[in-house]
Amino acid sequence: MPESAGSVFAGSALTCLRGDRLVFTGLDFRIAPGEALFLLGPNGSGKSSLLRVMAGLLKPIRGRLSWDDVPVSDDPDAHRGRIHYVGHLDAVKPVLSAVENLTFWATLGGAADPRDSALRALDRLGVPHIANVPGRYLSAGQKRRLNLARIIAAPAALWLLDEPTVALDRAAIALFEEIIAEHRAGGGMVAVSTHVDIAMPGARNLHLDDFTPVLHGEDDDLTDEEDAA
Amino acid sequence: MTRFLRLIGRDLRLALRQGSDATIAVMFFVLCVVLFPFGVGPEPNILARIAAGVIWVAALLASLLSLERLFQNDYEDGSLELLSLSTLPMEAVVLAKTLAHWLVTGVPLIAAAPLLALLLNMDAEGFGVLVLTLLVGTPILSLIGSIGAALTLGARRGGVLLSLLILPLYIPVLIFGAGAIDAALNGLTPRPHLLLLGGLLAGALPLAPWASAAALRQAVE
Repeated sequence: MPESAGSVFAGSALTCLRGDRLVFTGLDFRIAPGEALFLLGPNGSGKSSLLRVMAGLLKPIRGRLSWDDVPVSDDPDAHRGRIHYVGHLDAVKPVLSAVENLTFWATLGGAADPRDSALRALDRLGVPHIANVPGRYLSAGQKRRLNLARIIAAPAALWLLDEPTVALDRAAIALFEEIIAEHRAGGGMVAVSTHVDIAMPGARNLHLDDFTPVLHGEDDDLTDEEDAA
Repeated sequence: MTRFLRLIGRDLRLALRQGSDATIAVMFFVLCVVLFPFGVGPEPNILARIAAGVIWVAALLASLLSLERLFQNDYEDGSLELLSLSTLPMEAVVLAKTLAHWLVTGVPLIAAAPLLALLLNMDAEGFGVLVLTLLVGTPILSLIGSIGAALTLGARRGGVLLSLLILPLYIPVLIFGAGAIDAALNGLTPRPHLLLLGGLLAGALPLAPWASAAALRQAVE
């Protein structure tokens, strides 16, 4: 596993603002090697926002993220090198074949032999037969498997998965559970938001609705930039 | 560096397989220039006089036409998000994509330009300078255009907005590009114009990716 085995990823007092709506405030989390974190909460409670904050796509207006007690904002490049993010979109190019799509991301992720690891990742997700199929002919489920193959094609310590099981069938979910378990056994960390049950033994739950701010008209002071990020 | 080249390679491959963007730009360029003899009349002297300006204006418009798509596809299918999370700096992503865009749309323009110059009865002395100005000028167009493409990402009617934002910024390139050719045709040296174009390129090369990267970071947020 990557050099970061043994590291702890944590966030403290995170506040996230989208538009002029306060999504969550005072949120703390901590993920140690081998641990998994379930993000739970109703629609709009900020699961996706939190994952995007963790990935560094979104800046929290308050609070800090740290990796081994070093603020992530000190070295955002290093942070990008140790995460894999799976969002709502599959980033599959219609004119490239599955393996070409995957090889590209494996190269960017720093895999030693991108094409080889791409093929192995497809195999691992149970879809070796789609390797030469152009993206435009893939079903939604196959695209999703391709996107998930991306995260095992190149190594990264922390997986941030936003509804990873959308469009997956039962068999694929079971396969994916195994992959997550392997990743965790190797010291990897996972944060998942989902509405479907994914078996992750020993995962901790983070209920985002606990951090939804109660509005009482004094939120104004939260908008002044404190550059705490 | 390999990642940078891979990104260029991917974009070239995408462009070649889709095919449309590259051919549309060069077809538009040719058609646009061909319209002028119909509008202005087939008087060879007039056409020769305006040839440099016409070709350059057509090149500006043609480059604008395909710029809207520069980041659009990657933005819509989520690739841009992943690119911004890769270890490749956003500035390098912009530079790679702009370079690929220029190879796909700018280079065919340069290849087609002498033919169109011939069509407009431009003096053969100007051909070399025409190609040279386009060679230095079209990358500037792509670079400046990348800022507009990044800023209008996700906006409705982004293409129109892009034209309004970017066309005024193209004016210096147009002035020095057409000016160099005119100078050569009038027996003067095109050197100062070319040097100024070179200066613009030298400025745009670091500044445009930097500005576009900042805009893209906003867009993926």
